[in-house]
Amino acid sequence: MTDPLALDPVLPPRERSERSARRWNEDLPHDERFEHFEAHVLGGGKIEPNDWMPDEYRTAVLRFVEMHANSELMGVLPEREWIMRAPTLRRKLALTSKVQDEVGHAQLLYRVAEDLGKPREAMFDDLLAGKTKFHNVFHYPTRTWADIGVIAWLVDAAAIVAQQALRDSSYGPYARTMQKICWEESVHIMHGRDVVVTLANGTSAQREMLQEALNRWWGPLMQMHGPRSDRSKDRDLHWRIKAKTSEELRQEFLTIYVPRILELGLTLPDPDLRLDESAGEWRYADPDWDELRTVVTNHGPRSQERLEFRRVNREATAWVRAAILAEPRAAA
Amino acid sequence: MSDDIDQITRMLDEGAPVAPDEAPAGVLEPFEVFRQEKDGDPMRHGGNVLAPDAELAVHYAREMFGRRGESVRLWVVRRADIRVMEDLDLLQPPLDRSFKKPGGYVMRDKLAAARDRAGTTKPGARAASHDRTGRRGDER
Repeated sequence: MTDPLALDPVLPPRERSERSARRWNEDLPHDERFEHFEAHVLGGGKIEPNDWMPDEYRTAVLRFVEMHANSELMGVLPEREWIMRAPTLRRKLALTSKVQDEVGHAQLLYRVAEDLGKPREAMFDDLLAGKTKFHNVFHYPTRTWADIGVIAWLVDAAAIVAQQALRDSSYGPYARTMQKICWEESVHIMHGRDVVVTLANGTSAQREMLQEALNRWWGPLMQMHGPRSDRSKDRDLHWRIKAKTSEELRQEFLTIYVPRILELGLTLPDPDLRLDESAGEWRYADPDWDELRTVVTNHGPRSQERLEFRRVNREATAWVRAAILAEPRAAA
Repeated sequence: MSDDIDQITRMLDEGAPVAPDEAPAGVLEPFEVFRQEKDGDPMRHGGNVLAPDAELAVHYAREMFGRRGESVRLWVVRRADIRVMEDLDLLQPPLDRSFKKPGGYVMRDKLAAARDRAGTTKPGARAASHDRTGRRGDER
């Protein structure tokens, strides 16, 4: 549309594109362009959807965001089961609102992923076919109301530790989307903590229910960020798609939340869990990584049921998508 | 000329159907300009320019919003293409939505009661929790 020379008559094209953060000079050979791109990203620069990016980067961001979107979408199902059983109207409103928020997060994230070149229908196909994954914690049943408190407080807390770090992602649209998501998640955490504290102040049966839920969720929570990984081999870290290693996230989660859990007189089902003051690090029993692998490959206790819910739901709502895409009919 | 602008503005206000791709020759129309101040920032509204077509609008926008290196990217959008929603009955419904906001969860007394019961003390401020959403940095 616009002649670039007319817009910037000062520098010759080659020099101009070298100082441009995003053009990476279309005339350069791939390797050189790649170097410019990498220098930009490693220097803390951001990438926007229309910028040139190497396929490796595009694929890596897409995979990461798609997994996140899938997790938001699937993550509402365990909580959804308790909307009708919430103990008060206010809790029902809060839980409904949280479920709506999380579906909204999925919408935002699927948009980010779509702009990277994968159609939403293809993402749903892959999710239902088990080709892409969603977070381990959403493969488990929600047995009691206490589970709802533990999920909203601690699962969301473990998630927000990761999500806050993603506000610095090198992929601009993802980083900005995380601003909104973190803002909403922080209210979910308050809702969850309020449920938990209320139960902690309740009858002995309610306290037992709370402790039992915490015991069941602690394993999945400790697995959630994944096994320790080698920083130098992690491409998502290298590209600055994410900012922290799984172990850094887990340590941060423990530092913030273990004292707040113990404050309520609750116990944690890991006798090895303690803060090593000299190292400034939490020690804990090795999480069950076999369980993590089993669960995220859709062999968890509720994996198939939840995917089946999505399948049925997708079929049942197909007419809506068809209606939206249909040619408008002439007014009668 | 200003009549045309009035007309376009009126069409927009009245929710008229989408304007044709190009205004008739010789007619200037407003284009809204959004600017990104630095790499990775959100696009923010900067102002608008009057131009006869999108191409010149980009040039004008560059002149108005890019002369001092204050932008790294501009978005230029025909005003008639912007859809406005400002119905406060929908955007700010007069219902109690406190369960969606941090102020809806005041836990100080509950936490004190739980500590009394458990015989524990308040955790130190070793690390800030994520649930103090009043902090400005957490807002959009």
